Amino acid sequence: MKLPTALSGASLKGRLKGERLITPVTVLVITAAVVLMPAERSNWDANGVISFLTFFATFVAIYAIFTLGLNVQWGYTGVFNFGVMAFFLVGANAAAIITKGPANTEYVRYVGGFGDRLAFLPFLDSDQWLPFLFGIAGAAVFAGVLAFLLSIPALRLREDYLAIATIGIAELLRRVTIEERGLVNGTRGLTGIPRPLGELVSTANYKYVMLAIAVATLVLVYLAIEWGIRSPWGRVLRALREDELTTAASGKNVFAFKSQGFVVGAMIMGIGGAIYAYANGAVSPDTFTHFFGTFIFWAMLMVGGSGNNKGAILGAYVVWGFWTITLQLQGYTSEHPGPLGFALPDAVQSRIFFIRDFLLGTLIVVVLLLRPQGLVPEERRVSIWVERHAKRVRAVPPAPDEQAASSSD
Amino acid sequence: MAAIVATYGRIRDQLRDYQQLAGQFFSGPGIFLLFLGLGLWALIGRTDAFVIGVVTGSVLALGAIGLTLLYGVLKFAHFAHGDSMMLAAYLAFFALTGVVVGERTDTELLPWTLSDLPAATKPILGLSFGYGLLIAMAIAGVIMAVLFVVLDRLVYRPLRRRGSGIVIFAIASLGIAIAMRSLMLIFWSSFGRFYVPGIRPTTDLPFGIRILTDQIFIFWSALVLAPLIYLILFRTRLGKAMRAMADNPDLALVSGINTDRIVIWTWVIGGALVGIAGVMLALQAQLKPELGFVLLLPLFASTILGGIGSPQGAFVGAMVIGITEEVAVTLGFLSPGYKFSVAFVILILMLFLRPRGLFGAKT
Amino acid sequence: MTTVLEASELVSGYGEVEILHGVSLRLGEGEIVAIIGPNGAGKSTFMKAVFGLLKVKSGTVHLAGEDVTGAGPERIVRKGMGYVPQSENVFPSLTIQENLEMGAFIRRNGLHQRLNEVYELFPDLALRPQLRAGKLSGGQRQMLALARALMLDPKVLLLDEPTASLAPKMVEDIFTTVRNINQNGVAILIVEQNAKEALSICQRAYVLASGYNRLEGTGPELLASEEVGKLYLGA
Repeated sequence: MKLPTALSGASLKGRLKGERLITPVTVLVITAAVVLMPAERSNWDANGVISFLTFFATFVAIYAIFTLGLNVQWGYTGVFNFGVMAFFLVGANAAAIITKGPANTEYVRYVGGFGDRLAFLPFLDSDQWLPFLFGIAGAAVFAGVLAFLLSIPALRLREDYLAIATIGIAELLRRVTIEERGLVNGTRGLTGIPRPLGELVSTANYKYVMLAIAVATLVLVYLAIEWGIRSPWGRVLRALREDELTTAASGKNVFAFKSQGFVVGAMIMGIGGAIYAYANGAVSPDTFTHFFGTFIFWAMLMVGGSGNNKGAILGAYVVWGFWTITLQLQGYTSEHPGPLGFALPDAVQSRIFFIRDFLLGTLIVVVLLLRPQGLVPEERRVSIWVERHAKRVRAVPPAPDEQAASSSD
Repeated sequence: MAAIVATYGRIRDQLRDYQQLAGQFFSGPGIFLLFLGLGLWALIGRTDAFVIGVVTGSVLALGAIGLTLLYGVLKFAHFAHGDSMMLAAYLAFFALTGVVVGERTDTELLPWTLSDLPAATKPILGLSFGYGLLIAMAIAGVIMAVLFVVLDRLVYRPLRRRGSGIVIFAIASLGIAIAMRSLMLIFWSSFGRFYVPGIRPTTDLPFGIRILTDQIFIFWSALVLAPLIYLILFRTRLGKAMRAMADNPDLALVSGINTDRIVIWTWVIGGALVGIAGVMLALQAQLKPELGFVLLLPLFASTILGGIGSPQGAFVGAMVIGITEEVAVTLGFLSPGYKFSVAFVILILMLFLRPRGLFGAKT
Repeated sequence: MTTVLEASELVSGYGEVEILHGVSLRLGEGEIVAIIGPNGAGKSTFMKAVFGLLKVKSGTVHLAGEDVTGAGPERIVRKGMGYVPQSENVFPSLTIQENLEMGAFIRRNGLHQRLNEVYELFPDLALRPQLRAGKLSGGQRQMLALARALMLDPKVLLLDEPTASLAPKMVEDIFTTVRNINQNGVAILIVEQNAKEALSICQRAYVLASGYNRLEGTGPELLASEEVGKLYLGA
């Protein structure tokens, strides 16, 4: 028997008056910092700033894709995936080996390398876009298949066991890419990944094209998810998240739906990996660590608002913004002070990355404690606890005399 | 299309049948016999790997005993356990040497450190270190115990009060793990350090095996600590209350037990264990911030393999993992990089064949 | 007869959902009082509120004259009130003896003597005290649960549906034991789905419905009552 100890019920009543300002203020601060800092550091060189912001926005879009995928898995399907890194890795590597040309030196070995053979359409410069579409498709397929295979055993595990198992699988996959050197070139990884539409524009302008590609993919993914959620399939998924027992009782194959949600989320992550590979031009096992490949996306999701697509994107923006700002801060050394002579002491400056990681880890804990709903809370949110219990208890009863009257029938 | 779905369904059902069969075999003494058999083969056939495995297992055991305690009593997968161990190791290092990373190189931050005690670094009992390290280890244990209680008050208890699910706790403990790792990197940077630099004394064992004397010390520590924790859990009032809380925290509350205080004591014992385990880890391997997280998977594998909540299970589980890791690599078809993945494979097998672990309670 | 437990206009519930809308009850020294009523009436909720497991929004609870409203289990147990939950009321991985020791956790002296006293009341448990509680049958577990609650020598014992899901023979045994305990001077408040049995064992009973007091009377009175018969006894 569950004896509820004195709980106050996690209601959304804002305890601080300014609670509703937290989201806009955060966004404002991040945006200001992201725009003003590089501006100031480059001495207000507009081109430099625009260049910087373009790269920034590109990666925000890419990470947002991952976060959306994670939201499908966790927010909508309720699968606790702590091995996002696995799908990131698979997607990025798949896209790389599909779009690159064949491995033709003895120092660089990998499978695949279909890049040159995929440009088979004789029009529209197909070598500039067709292989890359294949790359994205391949990434999605590989990630999806991996998720499917994993779902058979994994989805029956308890949540914490699933977390541990997914961490393990991600690590195992990374090990495989390092150890099996012929697979994706081992520890050195793959470089020189071709760029979609790369030869159609000048190198100087390419970054805008890349940004457009990333944003377009993000928009497509977002729309697809929003559509999927409103479809009958999506409604079952949401019902499942709320109350698995009832949904199962109404005849729906719970496992199948969970599996599908998991796979869809994984495919989205694979797509994100592909775009990342194109944008970064290179992938290597070092890119994929638990911190950078899994935790950071959970951070983005939690900060932005889990269960919420807009929240996922906003979370990606805020966390990556924070990340970038710390990189910018690194530039303010005693030799090159910033505005008002702001400079980081050397001791801090040399460790700025570790300080950043520390702050990120602490930030997550703080968010969980003080604002678990994230920046963009779900629309209809009653305390889950109350909701669940209210279902078991009857609503406020009629007055006793009415009760007697009705029961004497 | 329908045919594919049907086949998939049939495969799944077939797998489920096999799993049931295997589960029945492993539910009984089958699994103990299996491990015993494999262990004997390893002992005879791959003796040096076996011995190294026992040492690795000892380090894992020290960590897993604490982990299984936290997991069993607090129902909490403590993802920060590995990094906590490493943090403890660094705290001991600091107490002993006072060294942190300064502007460019190491600096000594403390005017006085443990190694300034008379003969504190003079090796004892043929080991590589002196009693100074032991005092440092005790200090690390105390600090970690306090830190754990503070973290519980600040982070975990508010989350518990709110009725948070396992997921929230997992993410929170991961955040704390990252914070701990970053602190270690900030203060001591990422290059490997040792308590005692240079060559360390070795001991010769039968069958031509040579190991570090320190490793014998580590083994004995694990061998002593596991029964000690067992005694605490089964022969003391506090231990029984901890087991009661592991069984049914609501009933414990109703019986008048101050569950809050039991929680604190659990964290205190956990912290002390982490202190010891961390120093042993650094003694066996080295002081390196990343090592903490790397250890997480084998630690969880040992804990789950042994059965959550059982200190003797944690010990045995850790030995199995340690020995298997070392022996698997000698089998020829696995390169050494896969060592930690072995723990993962065993974990997955256990989760499907016998989820309660070796000594876990039958649900 | 002195009142050993009095609840007055108790309003309580789970979080924001109010279940009890002002329930009152009196338990006299040495009495057995039953609470019956249809499902969802708030019987178990009332008990939890009295024991301090739920937040009391308004109303009071007095134990032997002392105000213990919302005091929380640890304090209330010290004041002499015991509580036996309906299910999951033993520690399965602990032995019978260890279960009893947990019942007396806050009392450090006289444990041995108290154990002997309790074993006398529950001879079955004394047979194999090192047996793990998880291996006991349903009826034996209920006995153990009762014994556990008695370890601190409470003045008042709250029993939440002690015979739920037990075979009829065990139900008899439980009620016999309850009468025994009562004879030893413990006032008992018992919530029961099994209204007929509860009414036959108690001196007085309260009927709750929808979180309100509905009826009150002696056992025989209510047994004979037509209204009760129609609504709750399935006549």
